[in-house]
Amino acid sequence: MKNFEYFDPMSVGEAVALLRQHGGSAKVLAGGTDLFLRMHRRVVLPDVIVDLKRIPELANLSYSDQDGLRIGATVTHGEVADHASVQQHYGALVTAANWVGSLQTRHRGTVVGNLCNASPAADTAPALLSYGAIVAIAGPDGQREMLLETFFQGPGRTALGPAEIVTALRLPPPLGPRGWGYARRTRTVIDIALVSSCVVIQATNGVCDEVRVSLGAVGPTPLRATQAEAVLRGQSPSAALLAEASRMAAEESRPISDVRCSAEYRKDMVEVLSKRCMESAFSMLQML
Amino acid sequence: MKRLMTLTVNGTPYEVAIEPRQSLLQLLREELHLTGTKEGCSEGECGACTVLLDGKTVDSCLIFALEAQGREVTTIEGLAQGDQLHPVQKAFAEYGAVQCGFCTPGMILAAKALLDSNPHPTEVEIRQGISGNLCRCTGYVKIVEAIQAAARG
Repeated sequence: MKNFEYFDPMSVGEAVALLRQHGGSAKVLAGGTDLFLRMHRRVVLPDVIVDLKRIPELANLSYSDQDGLRIGATVTHGEVADHASVQQHYGALVTAANWVGSLQTRHRGTVVGNLCNASPAADTAPALLSYGAIVAIAGPDGQREMLLETFFQGPGRTALGPAEIVTALRLPPPLGPRGWGYARRTRTVIDIALVSSCVVIQATNGVCDEVRVSLGAVGPTPLRATQAEAVLRGQSPSAALLAEASRMAAEESRPISDVRCSAEYRKDMVEVLSKRCMESAFSMLQML
Repeated sequence: MKRLMTLTVNGTPYEVAIEPRQSLLQLLREELHLTGTKEGCSEGECGACTVLLDGKTVDSCLIFALEAQGREVTTIEGLAQGDQLHPVQKAFAEYGAVQCGFCTPGMILAAKALLDSNPHPTEVEIRQGISGNLCRCTGYVKIVEAIQAAARG
């Protein structure tokens, strides 16, 4: 590995200033489970590493009924999965986080860091999209926020500008009881997802109020199947409705064939997994 | 340029001069000569390099030494008390859970961490608890039996 200068600032402002000063030759370090490997393989050759782990506000993981869930940039997958409020209010995210790598990986790798790598197959992305996650960013020009959908711009590309870092994810609080489903196809336990799907539904009086259907590994970014959502929104569930919605989700997906499996298989699996996730969500709400 | 750092390993404080690019695994093996922790894949996929960092299992091959500044590390060398083996180590020996032994240090630490947080795991929970540690020799059967025995006490 190429040697580098290591900084561990104590504030977001200090971190941003360091990134601004060193520009493209600096990389941000959170859990390191991806960055270390890229440096080890010489895929990236930074001269400067800015370690975020000593910035107290970025380690914050908290929930309130008013503000929802806040996941700081250096919070690990393990911490998210073990948190009582996440288990209670964002169940799909617990399942998703527990799919990431191994136990050892989850003790180091951060949810935010994983999203910043912007893999279309990122395990937590469909769950976060289905919970309406918002990305909080800090940079030289101040702070801004955007929907997670907008944050992903392409394989490996995010909306982060120079010297900007994600400080946290915000997940809005639930407006009522929610049902969810999360499913993923994979070759082995610690392999990357072939296809993943997450459905979160909130309903009143047997009718869907809010529906989110999100897909992973079947497009250039994790994506929302908005037409499938439209099929379900305002309706009462039935076998025929779920069949139509999951078929629509498959149509909306844009998978590629790669070393892991074919595009055709992925499309087929989107339909199968989405249907299972919808069934799971409606079962939880005792609507099916 | 080397930097000075301090950390505690198996209860003993150390002061070491290391390069930023050195991993925690390299620090343990090459600077502190604690060679019980093994380098299996250098990719964070096999778990042979597993140590406890502030009580949690981590792949030390993916961590820069500097990230452990001020932290507590437990390696396999830290489990036995003098001549007294840790219950998990004893069970591994009694149940034949060691063949070539290369995965064993990481496997034992993963098992210990599992039992510390879940003293009576089911077989499924045991297999999940060690799922980040690969063994090419045993087929895991004796390992699981040893952990079950250690849990029974």
